[in-house]
Amino acid sequence: MAEKTKTASIFTLPSDREIAGTRVLDAPPELVFKAYTDPELIPQWWGPRRYTTTVDKMDVRPGGVWRFVQRAADGGEHAFNGVFREIVPPKRLVYTFNYEGTPGHEAVETVTFEEAERGKTTITDHVLFATREDRDGMLNSGMEEGAAESIERLVDLLKELQTAQH
Amino acid sequence: MNALAALAEPNRLLIVELLGKGPRPVGEIAGQLHLNQPQVSKHLRVLSDAGLVEVRPIAQQRIYNLRPEAFRDLDNWLESYRRLWDERHDRLNEYLQKAQTKEKKHGRKN
Repeated sequence: MAEKTKTASIFTLPSDREIAGTRVLDAPPELVFKAYTDPELIPQWWGPRRYTTTVDKMDVRPGGVWRFVQRAADGGEHAFNGVFREIVPPKRLVYTFNYEGTPGHEAVETVTFEEAERGKTTITDHVLFATREDRDGMLNSGMEEGAAESIERLVDLLKELQTAQH
Repeated sequence: MNALAALAEPNRLLIVELLGKGPRPVGEIAGQLHLNQPQVSKHLRVLSDAGLVEVRPIAQQRIYNLRPEAFRDLDNWLESYRRLWDERHDRLNEYLQKAQTKEKKHGRKN
């Protein structure tokens, strides 16, 4: 599975209401933190490439509101919003997250920034959903009923099988 | 039935997890999971129809084994979740690299 080494993010399911992704980035924590908290920088990296992201609101302080809008070339729009809860530069950022297309399913996202080695940062994006159903709903688009329940164990199993192969 | 649907049944997932530790005959699977043998045979048939498990006759026994190809497919499917972060982190990292190159060009030190 040589092509797998290219994809460096580690995906985990810490509990039945969480998903998390970890990655080492080639920049110091200060700069990574800035990319997350500067409204001028958000459009340069936030969201899938096929969308253009604009920052509608971004009041970076506890209780401050953020709202980002993604526009596709065909005119399709997706908007996301939330409230900042914790801002600890350059270590930690906590905010709520809503997709306006499916209101009433708020999640809480915690991003931590740790210096990995000089000039590098280990970033962990951690999303806590209100319910397991919300989490699985996010993971489950297009998947068969009930299958999401097996994901955690499947992740572990595949990891085990891969270690066994080497 | 596809592989995911086959794995959604708890006992079948247990069987697959057990086979992940190594090939086994049906009797041993039944014994270790405290299930009766006809039940296990039925599950093994579903798993085998879904392409997850294969059987090999060794001496007088039928030994059940996981099919690595099927799990590679599943792994590819899970990859789409990993991509969720990858795409995001890739873009972020590209931006960060660009930003630092620019900084250096302007003669600022890190």
